[in-house]
Amino acid sequence: MLAAIRPDSWNVPLFLHALGASILVGALVTAVSAELLGWTRDSARYLRLAFRTLLFVGVPAWFAMRVGAEWIYAKESWDKVDNEPAWLGVGYITADLGGLLLLTSVILAGLATRRLARADGGPSILARSAGVLSVIVLLIYLVALWAMTAKPS
Amino acid sequence: MSRYDWLLFLHVLSAFAVVAAVVLFSVVIVAGRQTDVPSEVERLFRVARVGDVLVGVGSVGALLFGIWLAIDVDAYKLWDGWIIAAFVLWLALGAVGSRASRIYNRARDRARVLAREGNAPSAELQALVRSSAGLRLQVASVVIVLAFLVDMIFKPGA
Repeated sequence: MLAAIRPDSWNVPLFLHALGASILVGALVTAVSAELLGWTRDSARYLRLAFRTLLFVGVPAWFAMRVGAEWIYAKESWDKVDNEPAWLGVGYITADLGGLLLLTSVILAGLATRRLARADGGPSILARSAGVLSVIVLLIYLVALWAMTAKPS
Repeated sequence: MSRYDWLLFLHVLSAFAVVAAVVLFSVVIVAGRQTDVPSEVERLFRVARVGDVLVGVGSVGALLFGIWLAIDVDAYKLWDGWIIAAFVLWLALGAVGSRASRIYNRARDRARVLAREGNAPSAELQALVRSSAGLRLQVASVVIVLAFLVDMIFKPGA
């Protein structure tokens, strides 16, 4: 119902936040798809696709989402509220924890890509760890999506 | 959670699925333009199959839950300008997407055949994957999705 009465000045930061979030989820879906396809074969090539997607699409999208989040937080003056709603806390936790795990996933995928390129290209623990981490990050952001829309109090 | 909360969540989740598909297709198209090896192209199109499922489920879900929301919420009417704009964009995305899909499916099918016939780099395959018409259609898909987001956030005319 907030959408029906939202001031116009909130629209640009909300647009940036939603754009960043949707592209981030898209990058994670792409990376997870590639990493799962490379679970047992052609790992090096799929992992390279996943790594580049996370690095060049996912990370910038995370920053857009995060900057948009702080911007609209300020616009809505939540810093002046004593007891912030639960959904806001969920948003912060998932954004920041997810960002940390996203960065770790990028690093693991990058290291695994280099190692697999030098070796025979078969699956490795490093590559599979990157894949598992990407799945976790994706699930975290789906929880954030639920919190942002359902806004549990 | 109220019915409104559920409907909004499912509507936005469906929309995110569509955006995820567009991002995925864009990544595959960009990566595909950098190779002329049939098995590499075939590999990339396996990733694209996930996008096929997401865009199908997501676009139907976004439409159905969006209509349900518009009916359910008193502040919205199905004939509001921004909602009609959303219908138009939905149809446009479907049209552009199906045309792009036909172009890139030709590349995928050719890659499969060439991969079985020796997997030699192919200028013909490269031309299919680097189709300028396909690229223009994909860019159009991205623009339409951005327009959707603008429409949903700014709700022009509401």
